[in-house]
Amino acid sequence: MRAARLRLSGFFWRHRWAKALLLLALPLLAFALVYLAALVALFISSFWSVNPFTTEIQHTWNLDNYRTIFESSAYRTIALRTIGIAAAVTLTDAVLAFPLGYFMARIAGGRSRTFLFVAVLLPLWSSYLIRVYIWRLILSNDGVLNWAMRHVGLPAANIGYSNWAVWLIFTYVWLPFMVLPVYGALERIPESYIEASRDLGARGFATFRRVVLPLALPGVVAGSIFTFSLTLGDYVTPLLAGGASSQFIGNVVYDSVGISNNVPFAAAFAAIPLAVMGVYLLIARRLGAFEAM
Amino acid sequence: MEGRGTRIALRAWTVLVVLFLWIPLALIMVYAFNKSNVQSWPIPGFTTKWFHVAWHSQDVRTALWLSVRVALVATGAAIVLGSAAAFAVARFEFFGRDAVSFLLVLPIALPGIVTGMALNSFFIAGHISVSMWTIVVGHATFCVVIVYNNVLARLRRSSPSLIEASQDLGADGWQTFRFIVWPVLSTALIAGGLLAFALSFDEVVVTFFTAGAQSTLPLLILGLIRLGQQLPVVNAIAFAIILLTVIPVALAQRLMRDTGVLRRTAGSVTEAVESAQVTAV
Repeated sequence: MRAARLRLSGFFWRHRWAKALLLLALPLLAFALVYLAALVALFISSFWSVNPFTTEIQHTWNLDNYRTIFESSAYRTIALRTIGIAAAVTLTDAVLAFPLGYFMARIAGGRSRTFLFVAVLLPLWSSYLIRVYIWRLILSNDGVLNWAMRHVGLPAANIGYSNWAVWLIFTYVWLPFMVLPVYGALERIPESYIEASRDLGARGFATFRRVVLPLALPGVVAGSIFTFSLTLGDYVTPLLAGGASSQFIGNVVYDSVGISNNVPFAAAFAAIPLAVMGVYLLIARRLGAFEAM
Repeated sequence: MEGRGTRIALRAWTVLVVLFLWIPLALIMVYAFNKSNVQSWPIPGFTTKWFHVAWHSQDVRTALWLSVRVALVATGAAIVLGSAAAFAVARFEFFGRDAVSFLLVLPIALPGIVTGMALNSFFIAGHISVSMWTIVVGHATFCVVIVYNNVLARLRRSSPSLIEASQDLGADGWQTFRFIVWPVLSTALIAGGLLAFALSFDEVVVTFFTAGAQSTLPLLILGLIRLGQQLPVVNAIAFAIILLTVIPVALAQRLMRDTGVLRRTAGSVTEAVESAQVTAV
């Protein structure tokens, strides 16, 4: 038994490639057979159509779904709204997260750093759906926000069920995704770089702008991949907390599958965020975001 | 390099952002005890009866049980696939190694509806009818990267010379695994598994596209919120879920800090960040 085991160990020691192949085969095969195949299926079925009478999928290739999306001003507005709010959320999160990440990485001591780390991490892992739902309660007309505004003598905000609500909630739920990589990037900057900058005569702000900021940028871009992508692909927040004109790409896809049963059209509309993210990931890679992930 | 004013401003900003993150979570804890079934603020009084109602709801129990089963199977699959890939990437040089990380992170880096719709089209094109297993497949695809990242972070921090030393001393592959690799790795695996479980248990955006008539707990909650009829029950479930997710995450956090035979203090926060952020991913 032991001899057999030793022979086996020896074999894998001499043929390291065999071990690597064995380890990689299962995960790569699973991903190729399911995930990549699914992306291909998405792409292919976006060129199919649905018979309006039988609701069966017709496997005849055409561009009708894409034509419908690009020619309808309603769908164009929805696509632009989705991308616009995703960009706004990303920007807001970057502004909120950067000073926090900076404080955690460069000012806070060991214990308060750990505390802050947990304080950011736990909300990230508590249920997404419930965090959206809480904000629906907070922002409703008789919710906490209006109550608080009244108590400090301000007019009621009444931003429940609007694009403002959608923007605020997305900013809230994805904020930890921005904080963590920004903190990571800032923490990795060696103290000696900052001393060197000072020795060369740069004042605080110049050091920040010319040393810290460029080195932290990959972290911000890494965070932005998630804030942007997650907003782009969501339908739950607009569904629960948006108004009549808060429809996202995701809501159209959700309705096409759930209500009108038009999978090819849903696939075509889902191909838009896929294309947008493809371009985004290419740019992010050039900015070094993947090393900061 | 920061002046006194800058430090104070940064500290104030940090406090505000942390409050922004935590006040809503504190509020749901209060709402769970709301006596009224109207969700206005301030709540008129306290009661614990909604916990009783939620616990005895058959719908909630069925959904909870499905969620637990799905999360367990998806986590199991993620542990096998994720750690195998992590070993290959950490220990070997091969063509396209960077592409592996990229491929594994895609299911969460791409927008939720893309992953959801892709799986949906895939199941329809392959004439696969939706069931618990299609939900599992969906969840496993995005849980793999979490285990992968945790294990990879750990492997990169442990020295391969430990394994060589073990072999020099005459251990076979199994003994090396049992006495060297496993003690180094076990906590990272458990941490990754806990986080994968938490992610699967919570997922709703992709799940909708891979589930048929049956509801996981998040799908059930989504339906209840939309209908707006049983919000007190939703509040009670929310309370329980937040408490329950805090436990595995806090535990995972501790496990990633305490690295067994490779106990370290300085590097622990960094490792936790590395695993957490890609987790976060």
